[in-house]
Amino acid sequence: MAAGLLIALFLLLFLGIPVVKVIFVAFQDPNSGQLTIINFVDFFRNSLFRESFVNSFYVATMSVVLASILAIPLAYFTTRFNFGGAVLIQTLGIIPLIMPPFVGAVAMQLLFGANGSVNLLLDEHFGFTIPFMEGLNGVIFVESIHYFPFILINLSAALNNIDRAMEESAQNLGSSGLRLFRRIVFPLALPGFVAGAALVFIKVFDDLGTPLLLNVNNMLAPQAYLRISSIGISDPTGYVISVILVGFSLLALWVSLLSMRGKDYATVQKGGGGLMRRDLKRWEKLGCYAVVIFILVLVLSPHIGLLLLSFGTIWSFAVLPDAFTLDHYYTVISTSSQYITNTLLYAGLAALFDVILATAIGYIVWRTKLVGRKWLDYGATAALAVPGVVLGIGYLRTFHSVNVPIIDEPLASWWIIIVLAMTIRRLPYALRACIAAIQQVSVMLEEAAENLGATKRRTVWRILVPLMSGGILAGFVTSFATASVELSATIMLVARESDAPLAYGIYEFMQSAAGRGPGAALGVIAVLFVGIGTYISHTMIERTKRSRETKPIVAEGVPVK
Amino acid sequence: MTEHKLQSTGVKIENLNLSFGDTHVLRGVNLDIHNGEFFAFLGPSGSGKSTLLRAIAGFGPKPKGRILIGSEDIANLPPWKRDVGMVFQSYALWPHMSVRKNVAFGLEERRLPKSEINERVDNALDLIGLKHLAERKPAALSGGQQQRIALARTIVVEPKVLLLDEPLSNLDANLRVQMRREILELQRKLKLTTIFVTHDQEEANTTADRMAVLDQGIIQQVGEPMKLYDNPTNLFVAKFLGTANILEGEIEAHADGVRFRSNNGASLALNAVHQQGRGSIVFRPQNVEIVKPGNHEGADHNRIAGSVCHMEFLGSVIRYGVDIGNDVVLIDHPHKQGESTLALSSKVDLLVDRDGIQVVA
Repeated sequence: MAAGLLIALFLLLFLGIPVVKVIFVAFQDPNSGQLTIINFVDFFRNSLFRESFVNSFYVATMSVVLASILAIPLAYFTTRFNFGGAVLIQTLGIIPLIMPPFVGAVAMQLLFGANGSVNLLLDEHFGFTIPFMEGLNGVIFVESIHYFPFILINLSAALNNIDRAMEESAQNLGSSGLRLFRRIVFPLALPGFVAGAALVFIKVFDDLGTPLLLNVNNMLAPQAYLRISSIGISDPTGYVISVILVGFSLLALWVSLLSMRGKDYATVQKGGGGLMRRDLKRWEKLGCYAVVIFILVLVLSPHIGLLLLSFGTIWSFAVLPDAFTLDHYYTVISTSSQYITNTLLYAGLAALFDVILATAIGYIVWRTKLVGRKWLDYGATAALAVPGVVLGIGYLRTFHSVNVPIIDEPLASWWIIIVLAMTIRRLPYALRACIAAIQQVSVMLEEAAENLGATKRRTVWRILVPLMSGGILAGFVTSFATASVELSATIMLVARESDAPLAYGIYEFMQSAAGRGPGAALGVIAVLFVGIGTYISHTMIERTKRSRETKPIVAEGVPVK
Repeated sequence: MTEHKLQSTGVKIENLNLSFGDTHVLRGVNLDIHNGEFFAFLGPSGSGKSTLLRAIAGFGPKPKGRILIGSEDIANLPPWKRDVGMVFQSYALWPHMSVRKNVAFGLEERRLPKSEINERVDNALDLIGLKHLAERKPAALSGGQQQRIALARTIVVEPKVLLLDEPLSNLDANLRVQMRREILELQRKLKLTTIFVTHDQEEANTTADRMAVLDQGIIQQVGEPMKLYDNPTNLFVAKFLGTANILEGEIEAHADGVRFRSNNGASLALNAVHQQGRGSIVFRPQNVEIVKPGNHEGADHNRIAGSVCHMEFLGSVIRYGVDIGNDVVLIDHPHKQGESTLALSSKVDLLVDRDGIQVVA
């Protein structure tokens, strides 16, 4: 099938080759071109790189710890108690994700930094300060507030999936209280927790934007970026770091797979799932609310800080900005609107490519017998293990010598390359959405169309795609929203200011103190993009789910392949 | 495990009521289940049978009333102190523990010495014939094996009562019959009071010593399966336990005995009953004979004239529907190879054995 080959070629060109190239260069002697591990030896001989490696590891680990401290009580409250704040907690699990961590980073510094609002207040009233944002602390703080929902969502799902009978049978056999928790509930929920924790670890380990904006450069991703952007694409350090990043990504994915394998405790059976919930006593309820509200304030602080920053005139050594103004928005729209229009164009195109690719891959995998079809799925999903920095470096290295005919410039500096990077980066997410949608459509519906004389092509177009539309749309919106704040890959690929997207614009503005206001205004716009996108995608999925419930499309008892 | 160790006792339920909000799930339940009895809770879904079973184990909302295990009222004890073993419908085997660990769990919770735990687990696994699978994880076992493990896990702690929640519903048809026999055999061997919940009359009929039929949270009738089938006291029990012909009409006392006159005019002699006035009678399809008009066999039977309006071949019997006016009566006629069947619309007489007629409320 031609479409299958085309997709395979696309994945090879824009994912396979660049990544292999990066790995290859990392093992190549820069002068003689021979295969060697000398680059790795040099890397670990350099104290700055050793320190960066240790720092990245430390930051990722501590972020997992802090994120767990935030997530575990919330997950426990919602699954164990009849707690009125459940909706609040669900919202809590989404709010951080709609703001990319690097956007809130500067705002967090103004709130929690050495001279930030919180420390000014603490110093004034209690005479001490807390170094929330000093160096690595800042990165840990910002990242864990941003990524804790991954643990919250996975852990809550795992707890909710435990069949109540699991707990009841233990009670029936004489177990109760802490012992029951330790022997039954905890081990059953563990895989979900590990999956979430591995995800947080790797996201933090790979993140470029947050340390860059907080000016913490002694970590791996910033080092890779700085070496490539200041020394050039022939410097081997960036490639060595890339290999390390990819290695850790694979390790994290492997750990989470391992923790899930053979322990897919989807134990819910008919008769109602979820653990036993109990009502709270008055003081317990107060305690729960106190914890939830504390976390809510923490989670909202980057948003609040960003808003204040975008509307504030001067905000320095003060609890709040001196005065408020709309100037920053005016500046952004009058002088830098290309960031917004570029983003709409790039993210829109990338999301379109994503859903087309994802639908095609989904169709090939689930509806055809094409040899090697599973590998299209694996190939596209493999993008998950490729950090943005690595993809950026790979594109630079691979395509700087490829000239685009008519416009006569290297592919690596043409704006389309940014779209391609976004497409590859977001493809796994769109693919999951589309595959979920295609799995919900019974093959019999298509067979009925064919039986009535529709060709395969017509059947896809008239039956399958309309039935998948909810999932496809959700995939589009998710891809669009997340691509519009993509920084780590695109920051490498922006050749000139006029081609730059939003995320890059925010980064540029935030470099100078004067640019913070307009930068924050851009950040607010970015958050709106993602927030609205997430909301639409969420409603879309919910609506399809509900319409499926009333009119089940999948015939019962018929396995959908 | 040897049977004499088990401390089986009877179960007595006194005036048990339970509601979820405004819905009454159990209403005035009274039951006396004897020691060593195999007892079934039978009813359609939503009848409260599972809720009643779970209430005995201490799960779900707290009911009002008394639940006596032997002479002890356990209604206020938490589930882990009740000593009633329950096998869950989904088996609820813990997927992160091996078979051995699953079975040992209850004994470990009772803080027994290691050597005793090992010995009792081995005995229990021997009893169900799955000792060779002890180190496997439950997910690697078949449905029937999981069922046996769940049973072993429960009886190894030697509970006073065994509760089985729809124990066969997750098995396929062939295995169901086999497991039914195995469970019954085990119960006989252990002489352990056992209560099991089912919505399948056949399951209840074949296994239970006695059963309680439930509907809408109320116990409709209690007794031996055959007794309930033959002598249902109300329409629900009559219909739920099998195909039943139900005629409405008047019950009248005449000089020559009690007669039933149906709404369409058919008149049937009844065995003496106390009730008079409006009522219903129930008789099963196999208690009716179908004969050609003018055939005078069985002159002492009640005779109703009608015409054949449909026929179903069910295998061992042929089920005729005979139109007798406003009602259609079903008759099961044993099928013998070579015997010709009655044509549709042919005129027939029905002979109804008066011993097979039951007057219901």
